[in-house]
Amino acid sequence: MSVVCFVEQDSDGVVMDSSLRALTFARSLSSQSGEDVLAVVVAVRPRGTAPAPAGGGGGSAAIGVARDAHEALATYGVADVCVLVLPRTVGYAPRALATGLAQLAGAARASAVVAAATDHGNEVMAHLASLSHLPMLANCFEADRLAPTTLRLSRHRWGGSLIEDATLEASVALLTVAADAVMPTPALVATEPEARTFTPELAETDLAVRAVESRDAGGGVSLANAKVVVSGGRGVGSVAGFEALDELAQLLGGAVGVSRAVTSLGWRPHSEQVGQTGTRVAPDLYLACGISGAIQHLAGCQSAKVMVAINTDPQAPIMSRADYAVIGDLNAVLPALVEALRDRR
Amino acid sequence: MDVLVCVKRVPMVGGRIVVTADGLSVDDRSLAFTMSPHEECAVEEGVRLVERHGGSVTVLTLGPTEAVDQLRDAIAVGANGGILLRTDGREWGPQATAQAIAAVAERHEENTGWRYDLLLFGNEAADTGDYQVAVRVAHLLGLPCATGIKNLEIDVHGAHARREYRGATELFELPLPAVVSVKEGINLPRYPSLPGRMRAKKAFIEEIEPEWREEGIHLDSLRVPESERRQAVVLGRGVEAVPALVDLLEQLGMLS
Repeated sequence: MSVVCFVEQDSDGVVMDSSLRALTFARSLSSQSGEDVLAVVVAVRPRGTAPAPAGGGGGSAAIGVARDAHEALATYGVADVCVLVLPRTVGYAPRALATGLAQLAGAARASAVVAAATDHGNEVMAHLASLSHLPMLANCFEADRLAPTTLRLSRHRWGGSLIEDATLEASVALLTVAADAVMPTPALVATEPEARTFTPELAETDLAVRAVESRDAGGGVSLANAKVVVSGGRGVGSVAGFEALDELAQLLGGAVGVSRAVTSLGWRPHSEQVGQTGTRVAPDLYLACGISGAIQHLAGCQSAKVMVAINTDPQAPIMSRADYAVIGDLNAVLPALVEALRDRR
Repeated sequence: MDVLVCVKRVPMVGGRIVVTADGLSVDDRSLAFTMSPHEECAVEEGVRLVERHGGSVTVLTLGPTEAVDQLRDAIAVGANGGILLRTDGREWGPQATAQAIAAVAERHEENTGWRYDLLLFGNEAADTGDYQVAVRVAHLLGLPCATGIKNLEIDVHGAHARREYRGATELFELPLPAVVSVKEGINLPRYPSLPGRMRAKKAFIEEIEPEWREEGIHLDSLRVPESERRQAVVLGRGVEAVPALVDLLEQLGMLS
């Protein structure tokens, strides 16, 4: 028996942080009943080279697992690594991956299949759940095995603002792991997993939907990775009001974020929205200006290291989430702050 | 083209969620309701597609009698008709929900002789965030499916659906009929017009009562995470707080 973990790598073959968290979750679950973790990675083919030969034999791990990724999997206590090889396709094909996972889970007599709760993780697992007619729970962060087919789970609802405790009864538990609620923790003892390739048997429909990927040359500081986010809400008052936020963000080398109210009013584009249905950020400093602190918004910024709120209302919900606050009108405070920062230069 | 848009009624929780005494639901007695944000965009996208290509938009929801409000909201911004899959207030799991929706699509084909060209969903509901109803419906109906879509174009070849993932754009090409779930940001939903509101008031809503089904997931309790509440240290009032703010930025190493 084993717990299967679907592991995502970035385009350089590095295991994604969210997958390290999923591996931590999978190891914790497997250890409760003396099981192993089987990591499943998708074969990454260097650009411009021919697709790997099909066929199930071992020894050709180089096509799928970069040395760094293999090391990460060993550090996280993975017993086996399986490299999923999809023939005739280069892009991401969610249903084909799900079919491959289903075949691997069957062969390994898996008690659970887990993935990070990313766009890909949730999508692949939803396909797997549909193919296997099993329930699936998204955004889990704790699991206790009560019986061979019974799990007690805790998962996020409302983007993490509410926790659900649930009991799952299923022959194979299909779970995705809430990325910000599980700390990535290496195993006490590293393993020496062997990588083997696996070419699933696929039907035409499995490959019918697949992604053609293109990369744009991104410019400027991206909101998701910014160290400083200067965020504005309805309290900014107008499109023109954002000039001070733009300026402050530039002075601090950060990015501008906005609340859902601001994008709904059409003041700023949705790409700048922080929140449950926008971008999730985890900056060193989050400056919330004229933002009341609806949970829709907080779901996107609660991982900030330090939060400072500028708000006219000392009773606003943001005040019970922020570390520091300025009570006052941002349209007076921000220009004064910008001026003070300029004077220092 | 005929579009079916599926939406879910959820409470507008604002700044804080309160759980009922039995710990099994969100206390929504003093709350207003809306449809999930991604779904508002799904409705708008359906209406825009039909404005461009002709056809009709039907909006569907599974929920209590009151969920008819969300159907009328969708009709007010341009949907042509509504279907309420009425429940007794119990929470439905994603498998049973998908089956009930798929049954509506199949019945539509039996009654009219043609299928919905496009079934639109939000990527995930604001409350339960199950991330799977759209995919399950696609499997039940044997249709291709793309999720999390932020840009959708329809032409004679089918649907061209794009999304961003890890800094790259993913393009999915789907023949119609197809299932697509969208994310907020795909469009900016319009506000209802006065004639739209009047039309919505009078629109006929079809009601169906599907049967609730057990599906292996038992809700034990809901709770609000504790550790998050704290009280901010007030640096000052108005512009007088600026020196303290600058000091704080200095301490945090933001000014070096």
